[in-house]
Amino acid sequence: MAAQDTSKQVTRRRERLDRGIKVRSEDIYALNSWREALYLLAPRALPVVALVLLQLLAPEYWQRVLISTTVFALLAISWDLAASSGMVCLGQALFFGVGAYLAGIMNHYLGLPPGLTLPLATLGGGVICTVLLLPVLRLRGIYFAMFTLILPLMIERIIEATKVFGGTEGLSGLTPFAHPLWESFLTMAALWVALFGLRRIMASDYGLVLKGINDNDRAVMSAALNIYRYKAQALFLAAATGAFAGAFMTHSYRFVGMPVFALDYSILPIASAAVGGLGTLAGPALGAFILVPLSEMLRGLGGLRIVIYAVLLVVFTVGLPEGVFHYLRRKYTQFERWTEVGK
Amino acid sequence: MTEPAPQPPRDEIILAVEGLSKRFGGVTAVDDVSFNVKQGELLGVIGPNGSGKTTLVNLITGFLQPSTGRVSLKGQDITGGPPYRTAELGLARTFQMVKPFYQLPAFKNVVVALFSPRVKRLAGGAYGDRDAVAKDLLEEVGFERDSWVINKQASVLPHGYLKRLELARCLALRPEVLVLDELFSGLSLAEVASLVPVIEKLMVQGMTIIMVEHRLKELFRIADRVLVLNFGQKIAEGVPAEVMAQPKVRGAYLGSESED
Repeated sequence: MAAQDTSKQVTRRRERLDRGIKVRSEDIYALNSWREALYLLAPRALPVVALVLLQLLAPEYWQRVLISTTVFALLAISWDLAASSGMVCLGQALFFGVGAYLAGIMNHYLGLPPGLTLPLATLGGGVICTVLLLPVLRLRGIYFAMFTLILPLMIERIIEATKVFGGTEGLSGLTPFAHPLWESFLTMAALWVALFGLRRIMASDYGLVLKGINDNDRAVMSAALNIYRYKAQALFLAAATGAFAGAFMTHSYRFVGMPVFALDYSILPIASAAVGGLGTLAGPALGAFILVPLSEMLRGLGGLRIVIYAVLLVVFTVGLPEGVFHYLRRKYTQFERWTEVGK
Repeated sequence: MTEPAPQPPRDEIILAVEGLSKRFGGVTAVDDVSFNVKQGELLGVIGPNGSGKTTLVNLITGFLQPSTGRVSLKGQDITGGPPYRTAELGLARTFQMVKPFYQLPAFKNVVVALFSPRVKRLAGGAYGDRDAVAKDLLEEVGFERDSWVINKQASVLPHGYLKRLELARCLALRPEVLVLDELFSGLSLAEVASLVPVIEKLMVQGMTIIMVEHRLKELFRIADRVLVLNFGQKIAEGVPAEVMAQPKVRGAYLGSESED
C-alpha cells in the first residue's frame, strides 16, 4: 500500500512556466501596457516606498533600528559585490572601520562637517582599502579571505598599542547630523544608489567580466583582459560602499572607536548574503533587513537570544538554501503547477 | 564582398621558441624545446600522455614562467606572460579542460572576450554591438544562429558545445596565432568531423594555428608539419608522414622495439 502511495506521488511533477510578458524576451524593450510596466516597477518601487513609510511612521526606537539595518544592508551589498567578482571577503569590518575612522579623524582633528567627511571618507576609504589589499589580489578563495579577516583585527591592535586616534577611548563628541530625519533619508538614499547603481554595473558587459573572473579567472586572462585591474576596480566599489556605511555610523553615534573593526561587521554581511541569496546584491540587502530587526526583536529574551537567533539562521539556510530573494523572484516571475508525468 | 585583408608573406616566422625548459622540482616537464611557426601554417604538436604538451602550451601563452628559454611573437619577446599581455599581442589559446563562464549564457561567454582592449583597438576604437558579434562568432564555429542553445547557461551545455565555445572566445580576439590545446579530446567522431571544416576555413583565411592533439588521424589530414614530444624533449619535427615513419616516434607511441 505504502509503495503504491509513493509511486502515485512520483507521477506528478511541478511544472514551472515563465509569466508571459513581452519585456522578458531579451531584445524587445517595449512596454505594452500599464500592467506590464507595473509588473516590472512594483518589485523595485515597493521596497523603496515601504522603507520611506516605515521610517516616517515607526516609533523612534525602531527608526534607529532601521538606520542600523540599512547600514548593514550596505555592508552586505559591499560583500556581495566583491564576492561576485571573485573576491570572498571575511573582513567587511576593514571597509567599515577605515571609513568610520577617516570620517572621525577628519571631523575631530580638521573640524570638517559631515557634508565633507562623508564623501571624502567614502572615496578615501575605497582607495585605502584597495591599496591595502592590492598585494593579495593575486590570491584566490580562502587565501584572500584569510587576509581580509586578519587586516581589521590587526588595525584594531595597532590602534590599541600605539594609542593613535584616541587609542582605546576612541574619538567622541563628533558633529551629529543636522536632523534625525535627514539622517534616515541619507542612509536610505545611499542604499538605493548603491543597490540600483551597482546592480546596473553588474548587468553591463563590464559586470560580465567581473562575473567571468569569479567563474574562471584564467579564461578571462586568456581573453586579453588584465584581471587584476578589474578586481581592483571592483574592490574599490565594494570598499567605498562599506566605507560610506562606516563614515555614516561615526556621525550617527557621534563617536568612533576600536569596535568599528569588530568581527560583527564582517560576519553579519555574510549571514545576510546566506539568508538573502548570493550574487544579486538585492538578496544580501534583503537578508540584512530580515536578520537585523530579527535580532532586535529577540532582544527581550535575554540569554537564549543568540541560541534562538542561530536556530532561525539554520532554518532559513536549510529551508531556503537558494536564499529568500531568489525564492521570491522565482515565485514572482514563474507560474507553478502540478502536472501528471507520462500518460 | 569584403576585401580580403592583405596577408603578410607566408613562410615568415611569426612565433619563435628557443631553448624552452620548465622544471617542476626534480621533473623536467619541458626540456630544451626549440621550434618556429611560420605565418599561415598549421603545426601539430603530438606526443604520448605526460610528454609535456600542455606545459609547452602554458609556457608559450604565458600561464607558466619557463625555467630557461625564450618565446617571441613577431619578434616581440613574450616569455613568461602575463597571459593577458600575450593574448593582447595576438596569441589566443583554448584550454584542454574547458573553462567556460558557467553562470553566463553561452553567447555572453564570447562577449567577455569582446570586451578586451585588443578588440577595440583592432576595430579602430569602437566596440560595436558585442552581442551581435558574439552571435556571428558562435555561428562561425558551428552554433545555430538564434537557436535556444546560445541563450542557455553554459553550465547546462554538453561538452561538444563547450569546446566550440572555447574556440569562439579565442576567435573573438582576432588572434594572429591560435593555440588549440586538444580541441578534439572528448568529442565523438561526428563532432570532430564537423569541427575540422571550421579549422580548415581558418587556415584558408591565413590563420596561424598550433594544434596540440591526440587524435592523430584527424590532425594529420590538416597539419602542415608536426612536432613530436616525448619526456619533454622534441624528438622529431617535419611533415606528418615522414615523422611518423621514424623509429623513435613509433617507439615513443608504441614502445621501443629494442626493448623486446
